[in-house]
Amino acid sequence: MLDRINKAQKLINSACEALGRRIDIMEVCGTHTVSIFRNGIRSILPESLKLLSGPGCPVCVTDQGYIDTVLNLADRNDCIIATYGDMIRVPGKDHSLETKQAKANVKVVLSSEDALQLAKDNPEHTVVFVAVGFETTAPATAVVVREAAAESIDNFCVLSGHKLVVPAMRALLSGKNDNIDAFLCPGHVSVIIGYGAFAEIVEDFNRPCVVAGFEAVQIVDGLAEICRQLSTGKAELTSVYSAVVSEKGNIAAQQIVDECFEPVDGYWRGLGKIERSTLRLNDKYGQFDAFKRFDISETPSEERKDCRCGEVLCGLIDPPVCGLFGQTCTPQEPVGPCMVSSEGACAAWFKYGREKIHKR
Amino acid sequence: MCLAIPARIVELEGDRAVVDAMGNCWKAKTTLLPEAKLGDLVLIHAGFALSLVDEEEAKKTWQLIAEISEFDDTPNKVSG
Ligand code: SF4
Repeated sequence: MLDRINKAQKLINSACEALGRRIDIMEVCGTHTVSIFRNGIRSILPESLKLLSGPGCPVCVTDQGYIDTVLNLADRNDCIIATYGDMIRVPGKDHSLETKQAKANVKVVLSSEDALQLAKDNPEHTVVFVAVGFETTAPATAVVVREAAAESIDNFCVLSGHKLVVPAMRALLSGKNDNIDAFLCPGHVSVIIGYGAFAEIVEDFNRPCVVAGFEAVQIVDGLAEICRQLSTGKAELTSVYSAVVSEKGNIAAQQIVDECFEPVDGYWRGLGKIERSTLRLNDKYGQFDAFKRFDISETPSEERKDCRCGEVLCGLIDPPVCGLFGQTCTPQEPVGPCMVSSEGACAAWFKYGREKIHKR
Repeated sequence: MCLAIPARIVELEGDRAVVDAMGNCWKAKTTLLPEAKLGDLVLIHAGFALSLVDEEEAKKTWQLIAEISEFDDTPNKVSG
């Protein structure tokens, strides 16, 4: 293993030296972010190679408007909110779901099935499933929506905040941060969409896209492959995670997502409105759409001005540049979602990166 | 939260499975992976099997998950 890392490291060093300029590589996956820190990968990279943590943590990219909508629904006595644990501590205007949990109508679920079961067990309440997550998570939501329809579980509905990774990558390169030289693509998102889904980034923007697993060796291999491509000047689509990811992905999962959802324009924290980037239940399953059921229009709400999560998610600043980092904002008392989620860039920097702060 | 956990299918009836990872057992469904069989190693996310995975890859991911949960269990616990 050490041999492989040494070899990759040599390749990275010589490619970076030959390029003779700063290189920005963005990972778009919270698990990569944690693994990179955990394994100290930054410390073996040359100064000129900069790793950026992009919009790869579902909780972090969820916009304030969606979070405020969830908090408003939690105030209703006729609703039960079913949410993945990751969302529970994200601060809204003056509280989080965790503070509402005391009221007992906020339930943490481990799967979408558990959310549907809550609806079956509580016929007098409407269960609103807070469905966040990328392409990896959306199929699980689609399955239970189909089940709810088949079994006529009418007191179940879904507030879909599911997001699509590729449109966000396009949005970054089309404006927010076109300095990004290449992407380390998310492994488990690729299990569903297939690595072929990133071909459009390679073709339209000429940026290397390399799908990698989560282990140190796989990440360093992925970075070496990116550096190799950058030094030849020819962007390619590659997967170094072939044990798990295929070119076409999980077709059954894609089909069920297509059957239940349609892509609509959606808001992202930091990235703003992105065309066809969010999954909304389609007309066939419209009766399970919480936005329709409660007549909610999706409007962006104000983010705290002093929290710089938006710039962090675009790779424009490292978390320590934020004035609140580590002072007012800590994992114990997070101000923004990037400090709440264990996969958030701010939380990862807080835990592992404080010794080595690079201001930009 | 996109992390999928490798687990072995130890019971399977229709699309309802019981899976085992590192000695922890829980329920999951194979709706999204119809080809999954009893005894297969699969990646589980949000209660569903998403793909088959080989033994070596599963071991690596288990190790990583153990490390990440260590991260989560520190006093800086940051997710619910
Ligand atoms: S350190 Fe806190 S306040 Fe600053 S960007 Fe990160 S989450 Fe927001």
